[in-house]
Amino acid sequence: MFDFILSRYNYWIYIILMMIGLYAMIGKKNLIKKIIGMNIFQTAIILFFISTAAKRGGTLPIIEHAHGAHPIQAASYVNPLPHVLMLTAIVVMVSTLGVALAIVIAIYRRYNTLEEDEILNLKR
Amino acid sequence: MSLHSPVLAVVIPLICAFLALLFGWWRKNLCYPITLVALSSSFLASLNTLHTVITTGTIRYHLGNWNPPWGIEYVVDHLNALVLGIISCIILVVGVYSKRSVEQELPEKIVFFYTLYLLLATGLFGIVVTGDMFNLYVFLEIASLAGYALIAIGEDGAPLASFRYVIMGTIGACFYLLGVGYLYIATGSLNMADLSQMLPELYDSRVVLVAFTFFMVGLALKMALFPLHTWLPDAYTHAPSTVSALLAPTMTKVGAYVMIRIMFTVFKPDFSISLFPITSILGWLAAAAILFGSIMALAQVDLKRMLCFVVVAEIGYIGIGVGIANRTALIGAILHIVNDVFMMACLFLAVGAIVYKIGTRNIYRFRYLHRKMPLMMALFVAGGLSVVGIPPLCGFFSKWYLILGAFKADKWIFVAVILVSSLLNAILFFRVIENVYLEPPEAGRSLEEIPTDEAPLSMLLPMFVVVAGIILLGVFSGRIIDVVIQFAIPPSI
Repeated sequence: MFDFILSRYNYWIYIILMMIGLYAMIGKKNLIKKIIGMNIFQTAIILFFISTAAKRGGTLPIIEHAHGAHPIQAASYVNPLPHVLMLTAIVVMVSTLGVALAIVIAIYRRYNTLEEDEILNLKR
Repeated sequence: MSLHSPVLAVVIPLICAFLALLFGWWRKNLCYPITLVALSSSFLASLNTLHTVITTGTIRYHLGNWNPPWGIEYVVDHLNALVLGIISCIILVVGVYSKRSVEQELPEKIVFFYTLYLLLATGLFGIVVTGDMFNLYVFLEIASLAGYALIAIGEDGAPLASFRYVIMGTIGACFYLLGVGYLYIATGSLNMADLSQMLPELYDSRVVLVAFTFFMVGLALKMALFPLHTWLPDAYTHAPSTVSALLAPTMTKVGAYVMIRIMFTVFKPDFSISLFPITSILGWLAAAAILFGSIMALAQVDLKRMLCFVVVAEIGYIGIGVGIANRTALIGAILHIVNDVFMMACLFLAVGAIVYKIGTRNIYRFRYLHRKMPLMMALFVAGGLSVVGIPPLCGFFSKWYLILGAFKADKWIFVAVILVSSLLNAILFFRVIENVYLEPPEAGRSLEEIPTDEAPLSMLLPMFVVVAGIILLGVFSGRIIDVVIQFAIPPSI
């Protein structure tokens, strides 16, 4: 049992991080804390994707002497595709963060607070 | 030209978004023509795509000539050719309409408005045409990010509503991304056609089940299916009029399209229907959505907010068709996607025109509006009657197929839900009609004294097009099913 957890510790960390992020997004009242939660949530997904690409003893997926005579040993290289996907996902996440922060600035200018319950009181 | 039309529909608005920003810096009023040129050329490209699909069958476009499953592939079959055509038509129509409304509501933000508008169009077209799971995620986020920003520039409550949408939308998109990751672990592929070949052997795998669940929850958030709809009413109520008129018809319907695509193309229908109880869960949730949306709509005084709850109910109709999952009900669901795009566009455009002219959305202040804006109110009533389901308007036909499908599946409760909600919709719209047309004039004042003050032509013309679309879709619904929709249903259902 302990071995089962320990040998896949990166996946457990991904799940724990994701739950922390989800809790912060839903449970916290402060809008900035919600955004931080959102970022933790997204980072957890990056960790998950990168974990799936790792291989024990794998090296960089750069093929020396390409177009070469010898066949490529896929097992000795780390899978590059999840990394590429995550590069794109990081771009998406940064833009989400940017939009969210811009909206928070607009909210702060209008209500002068970042606590959700205070804003709801002000709106009434 | 016809070879490249699927990719042109996506790329032209993307390039023009940057052009609009660049030229808008120099001359503010160049943005509107640039937007119109971009949207009409994508509309032509998507019509061309639809025509090619109907005459020669599915189009497969390999981007940069990289062969799938390694490269990204755009696949256009009967289902997404239809959705692409309809959505590009509505985006163009709303684009024509936007001019006056944006000048009044957002005079300082015209340049950014049109840039975001074009980016949103790019995202929506991309979601519809792509045949690659990860590419779909990227387009989903392009469309959503543009949507968040567009909503946030609205009236007083808009930033907070938009912030909630950001949180919910991000959870939805991340769940979708996780689903893609799990499928990639199980199969090593991201291409939809490739996945559907490899997955049947793995239907027992728990990884695939988890992936499927992530997709369903993520997309239910994105398409605002009850009980995950909570972001929608606030966000669409507070958004600028044009933005609501753009988002309400397109965004949720594209989400519904993606759900159908994943349930019946990426996964085979027998997995979604028999191996996993998703269709029955979906059916019951959708039935709850229809009743909840209609009842909540009854409680609203604000016309736009009422329509937002109608959107929640309309998503329910699509969900119920997918949930019943026989051939007739699926035809109804796909037909309802098409019809609903036009109906919601009509209603939200009318609200925009009313706000433009009288500055309020309170139903009880609409007295004598039919004297003031006779044409606009007539068009609004046409849209409302279509939602209620009066033949020959298009709303009737999709409900008819949904009810027939529920009959065939012996799901009597769903038949009852659809009928009851049609009655509720009738009450909803007749309440508006009564307040506009039937209120007696105030003492000492006759109706003839109220001057006509019709909305400008750039608002009326798009409304005419949309209402013509509602009538034509109704009259030719049989032909649309024969030529397009029947090929969009997977053959094994």
